[in-house]
Amino acid sequence: MTAPFVVLKDIAKRWNGQLGVEGVSLEIAEGSFVALLGPSGCGKSTTLRLLSGLEIPDEGQILIAGQDVTTSAASDRNLSMVFQSYALFPHLSVAENVMFGLKVRRVPKPERLEKLRRALEITGLLGYEARKPGELSGGQRQRVALARAIVAGKPVCLMDEPLSNLDAKLRNSVRKDIKKLQQDLGITVVYVTHDQTEAMSMADMVVLMKDGRIQQVGTPQQLYSEPANTFVAEFVGAPPMALIQGAALHGMSDDQTIGVRAEHVSLTSAGKGRLTCRVTDCEFLGSETFIGLAHDHATGLTLKAPGLVTIPAGDEIEITFDDANLHAFDKTGRRVAVH
Amino acid sequence: MSKHANLERRRQAIYGWLLLTPAAILLSTFAFYPSLATLFSSLFSRGTRRNPAEFVGGENYSDLFADPTFWLVVKNNLFYAGITIPVSIFIALAMALWANSKISARGFVRTAYFTPTVLPMIAAANLWLFFYTPGLGVLDQIGALFGLPSVNWLGQPETALWAIIIVTIWKEAGFFMIFYLAALQTIPADLKEAADIEGASRWTYTRRIVLPLLMPTTLFIMVNAMINSVKLIDHLFILTKGGPSDASKLILYYIWEMAFAFFDAPHAAAMTIMVLLVLGIVAAIQFFYIDKRTHYQ
Repeated sequence: MTAPFVVLKDIAKRWNGQLGVEGVSLEIAEGSFVALLGPSGCGKSTTLRLLSGLEIPDEGQILIAGQDVTTSAASDRNLSMVFQSYALFPHLSVAENVMFGLKVRRVPKPERLEKLRRALEITGLLGYEARKPGELSGGQRQRVALARAIVAGKPVCLMDEPLSNLDAKLRNSVRKDIKKLQQDLGITVVYVTHDQTEAMSMADMVVLMKDGRIQQVGTPQQLYSEPANTFVAEFVGAPPMALIQGAALHGMSDDQTIGVRAEHVSLTSAGKGRLTCRVTDCEFLGSETFIGLAHDHATGLTLKAPGLVTIPAGDEIEITFDDANLHAFDKTGRRVAVH
Repeated sequence: MSKHANLERRRQAIYGWLLLTPAAILLSTFAFYPSLATLFSSLFSRGTRRNPAEFVGGENYSDLFADPTFWLVVKNNLFYAGITIPVSIFIALAMALWANSKISARGFVRTAYFTPTVLPMIAAANLWLFFYTPGLGVLDQIGALFGLPSVNWLGQPETALWAIIIVTIWKEAGFFMIFYLAALQTIPADLKEAADIEGASRWTYTRRIVLPLLMPTTLFIMVNAMINSVKLIDHLFILTKGGPSDASKLILYYIWEMAFAFFDAPHAAAMTIMVLLVLGIVAAIQFFYIDKRTHYQ
């Protein structure tokens, strides 16, 4: 792994005593794609704004490319940003929007035009130079925002939920475009999202936050298969991990919470199951069916069955799972070894 | 076309006409008819008991063109408009940008700026009469502190029109500021942030982003300011009555004088028609020419 390119050290930001973020420390490698993930109000956008320089932290230190930029102005941090609302200037054409920063920095005109052409080419916007944002579709506007972010060739690009205003189908394709763009240009992207699918599919590293604190930092695979605590377990994955009180399972210690994913739960014949549950609903998704289960000492229990399965709601079924596929959490919710 | 579709269309048409009727009646009674009547009476001579009014064509107009007072009044009014419109717009914009930024006591500042608008023009004029009065007035009192001689601001031809202009600007700027404030609040905050990231200075942001986005408001205010520069003459009655030696006389005041002091309705009507014509042309230019170059959201 290369030396960290963007570093946050013990960052804290509070508003009138209210918590913004607290004790956020993060190291981001150059050229990596990092997703800040979490429910709304978890501080992921605040972290991004602190990184961008639109807010200044109360405590801590921010380094970009080895330089301390903790109190630097946004424009001195050598980064670009894509806003959730795109923040396009409505009275300027696509070309003027994209070139705005270059003009501000007095880049000579021939160079400006060349960079504009390249940015529009990469984002597939050639031919739209003269249009105003109001005359573009949501997806095109989003690409203008991207073009504006990449035109200057800044090494770091911050993205604040850039896909949340697009419809589901478009979101899928733009997701791939952004990932490809990031890899082709070799830029470092910090991407804020509340959508775990986006985070898991695009990011090299996911930072899961809650209540202003980082819960876990890791690859998507680590977050999925080794959740650091019950919050991560219940947030990551669709459906999320089921949590069962240790007392409900034979052979498990009482003060532990046991987690198990839907794909590791299997149906078994009466008398052989480790848990008897009641069926609440069946959700058919085409290639598989998720069967929602209820148990007094468990939350989020789901059984994944291939193909179409229909079990009437209210039926009692027995399920089982392998010890090897279980996760255990202590009383405070932290991950521990299964025993 | 089938019968019920036809019926539906007729119903819609009747509905449309019914919705139009109240406005049409009011406008006809109070705007269109008086304008036409004015045009009509401007073409007739002034009737007396012995000589009834008779058709004179453009004679009333040529009389006015030959009247040096008319030209002086036109000149005064152009000067008055030329100063009050840009200055009050500029001050309104400056105040709005300031009152919209993160300052303490923002509510107080806004209210303070808006106060002159709430005052009736007559009251405002009385207030300023107190400021301008030689010897007793606030301006002279302040001047006396620095040993300056007493000045009769309203009583000398060189300063009278300026004194009137200042009262108008004082009265109008706060009103226009409210429109600018409302427009500024519709500009999303993230545009400023996007400009910050790109390294745009506050001035660049204001010039390249804020001012163009305020253009529709500016256009609206310009039309209003222009109309006011003709319409707003209440303070003349209190402050100068057009004097001294017509130095602060504006066209509407002259029309009023013509009609109700000299009882010369035809000449007043002729002047009214000319004012309407000029205002119409200027408004058309503003709406058709400047409008095309304005971005509307």
